[in-house]
Amino acid sequence: MTTEVETAPGAAPPGGGGISVVGVTKRFPGVVANHDVNLTIRPGTVHALIGENGAGKSTLMKILYGVQKPDEGQILVDDKPVSFHSPTDAIKTGIGMVFQHFMLADNLTVLENVVLGAEGRFGIGDRAREEIRRISDDFGFDLDPDQLLEKLGVGQRQRVEILKVLYRGARTIILDEPTAVLVPQEVDALFANLRELRDSGRTILFISHKLDEVLAIADDITVMRRGETVGEADPKTATKHQLAEMMVGAELPSPETEESTVTTTRMLELAGVSLVDDGGRYLLRDIDLAIHRGEVLGVAGVEGNGQAELVETIMGIRKATVGTVSLADQDLTRWPTRRRREAGIGFIPEDRHRHALVLDAPLWENRLLGHQTSPALNRRGFLRRRAAKAETSRIVEAYDVRTPSINTHARALSGGNQQKLIVGREMSGDPILVIAAHPTRGVDVGAQAAIWEHIKNARREGLAVLLISADLDELIGLSDRIQVILRGELVGEFDPSTVTPQQLGSAMTGGRGDRS
Amino acid sequence: MNAGTVVLKVGQAVLAPLIALAFAVVVTSVIVSVAGSSVSEFWEVMLEPPSKRSWVNILNQTSMLFLAGMAAAIAFRMNLFNIGIEGQYLLASYCAAVVAGAALLPGKLNVAAAVVVAMVVGAVWAGIAGVLKVTRGVSEVISTIMLNAIALTLVGWLLNQYGDSAGQGRRTTPIPESSRLDGFSFFGYFAQADGRVWTLSFVAIVVGVVLAVVINRTRFGFDLRATGSNDEAAVASGVGIKKMVVVAMLLSGGVAGLIWLPAFFGDGYYYGTPFQSNLGFTGLAVALLGRNRPIGVAVGALLFAWLSVQANPLQLFADISPSIVQVTQGVVVLAVVAAYEVVRRFGVAQEQRSIRKALQRTGRLEEGAAT
Repeated sequence: MTTEVETAPGAAPPGGGGISVVGVTKRFPGVVANHDVNLTIRPGTVHALIGENGAGKSTLMKILYGVQKPDEGQILVDDKPVSFHSPTDAIKTGIGMVFQHFMLADNLTVLENVVLGAEGRFGIGDRAREEIRRISDDFGFDLDPDQLLEKLGVGQRQRVEILKVLYRGARTIILDEPTAVLVPQEVDALFANLRELRDSGRTILFISHKLDEVLAIADDITVMRRGETVGEADPKTATKHQLAEMMVGAELPSPETEESTVTTTRMLELAGVSLVDDGGRYLLRDIDLAIHRGEVLGVAGVEGNGQAELVETIMGIRKATVGTVSLADQDLTRWPTRRRREAGIGFIPEDRHRHALVLDAPLWENRLLGHQTSPALNRRGFLRRRAAKAETSRIVEAYDVRTPSINTHARALSGGNQQKLIVGREMSGDPILVIAAHPTRGVDVGAQAAIWEHIKNARREGLAVLLISADLDELIGLSDRIQVILRGELVGEFDPSTVTPQQLGSAMTGGRGDRS
Repeated sequence: MNAGTVVLKVGQAVLAPLIALAFAVVVTSVIVSVAGSSVSEFWEVMLEPPSKRSWVNILNQTSMLFLAGMAAAIAFRMNLFNIGIEGQYLLASYCAAVVAGAALLPGKLNVAAAVVVAMVVGAVWAGIAGVLKVTRGVSEVISTIMLNAIALTLVGWLLNQYGDSAGQGRRTTPIPESSRLDGFSFFGYFAQADGRVWTLSFVAIVVGVVLAVVINRTRFGFDLRATGSNDEAAVASGVGIKKMVVVAMLLSGGVAGLIWLPAFFGDGYYYGTPFQSNLGFTGLAVALLGRNRPIGVAVGALLFAWLSVQANPLQLFADISPSIVQVTQGVVVLAVVAAYEVVRRFGVAQEQRSIRKALQRTGRLEEGAAT
């Protein structure tokens, strides 16, 4: 709001963009989300902000982006105090934000997505196209303004998001966990882009809890814990261990698994499964796969290479075009989802808000979801509400779901606690196979460790587990075998005890990533 | 759930309609005064305790509006917009009138037959939209609107073709004396001159209770609600969503078929001029007002019935057109949608606050235990 919005097309962006946060406190009724937060972001640097989920990073981010106003303290941009009433003010001051969940429309082109809401800058026609090309070339984004968004991969989408904020004239870019959705090679590409941005004089605030990445990219590191900034670290000298201790006050848990419990009894078997879409395109091609009792099979792959379709085919949400799916020697290729669940498949979907919860229903009703037909929870078509509530209480207790009550709406819980509830629910009802798709995505370190523990327990108790994850450390740590999926085909099997994330990464991209 | 949260929840449920009603009162008053009429006279007429005769009318209208509201609510609970209630009860009423008029069965059995016919016809007419949606992906909004037009034309044509002439128009054959229902006088509370509360009004109560149980207590109801709030999660949980869409439309249409039957057997006796149209559209508003919950819908139906019946003497006593209450009804519905959202957000924020508080407490306890 202090600077002029319009910069001439093609003009070099102004430098600067250093931000100081001085003594910011934000209270919500009953809780202090930020307490005396101090942060100095030097202009032209990559500054990492790390901390567990719930450490107050989001609140600070929202304050910097004008979504919320601080109760106390000050924000200085280029040493001038500013006060934001809305994100529009923040954008005018040159602060842009890239959210973890992309805010893009699939059915629009890159150009249309970028100009949406910023039509006033360069119009919506050739001038805008020119500007997008210029930004894309300057930073090596390699984006075609007229490409449809739905054709783009995750890494490209992220670059569109970054382009969006640059297009709006941002000098400071806040990135919220940008690597959560990327494979190692894409992370490298992103970091290359970020370095270019830094070299052009822009300032980047990088929010993450992946310590390796923070050490690789950051010039400065600030650690948050329980709503306070607890310290700063120099990435040149700091170790992962030190950062972890600052973050959680303890060593990070690791997903290491113990001695093998694999048996020779086949639980899940896919034979020659292909899935063809309406346009004749193969989403899955000739998948052969078996998971045994007590075995965790990991599936690695760049997102969008058929993992979701594989899961949906096993769950019966999609029906295999050819091939058979069987569970414990029963052919369930033509069974509907409900019957498959009754046969003992537990399902932890990748997007818990979309596929695993009814957010505006109480926890105990969410306990029923997917188990509506279980005799423990319904009698002759009538729900056994008392049993469902007792069951929910048990899960809340056993899986350490932090909630004031089982009548609380699912929406009110944090991501980690929602996920623990889902894991608890899917482990109930004696499943013989559990499908876990990105089970620890977006949950804090504590919940992550708990979920890993539950998966290990399940394996020990003789369940078969299909684990799909983008976190290669998680895959390597938990799996007994790892299969790599690429363009709907299983292209290789690896032994987690010998494979490195780099090898997996290169198999996931079809060998193109060998250079690392 | 402790007493405090119960009070809070009830407060939230009641607060929004009250805000909306207050807003509607203000807007209506402004319009009345702008139109140059007396605001005080307007409200005097509207709020005057109803006569016994008016009470009978209010209760009768309430029962029909409630049925219409519940028909809409069932579909709404599954995120389906059954705009076609109007056409469904129109066609169902006509068919029921034809069947009852033919008097194939004696006496009261004739009533039962007509009820079954009406429900089946309503269900089938709504089911067409459901089947189109799941097989061809046609939006139920569009198809039900079109089915409304088709039903109207179809009934008009059938009536012209096969109806008995009566005066200027046509009508179905009146039902025999033995199939007419006397109605309730509530142990003589309502005198003969006041009219009667239609016998089949009790059907509204039965429908309300049954649906409340089905939606809240059964697995089917759970699947329905889950599909309505998050269809993808419902699919992942094993709900066969296509079947659910068709079943929900059938149910909604079946209830819609009942709407006019109380009036038919209690007062009208044939399909023609006595037929009261537009109840289907009003039902959508009533369902919105009542948040698709049976009790809410009942209150909404009562409010709408009250407004329209009490407005009748407006012209006489205050020289105001009774149509003004349609403004009130419209504003209530618009305002209530906004008010529910505001109250809902408030509720969510409240809940999050209480969670933080509760977790902070346990956090401290854990810390205390650790040291």
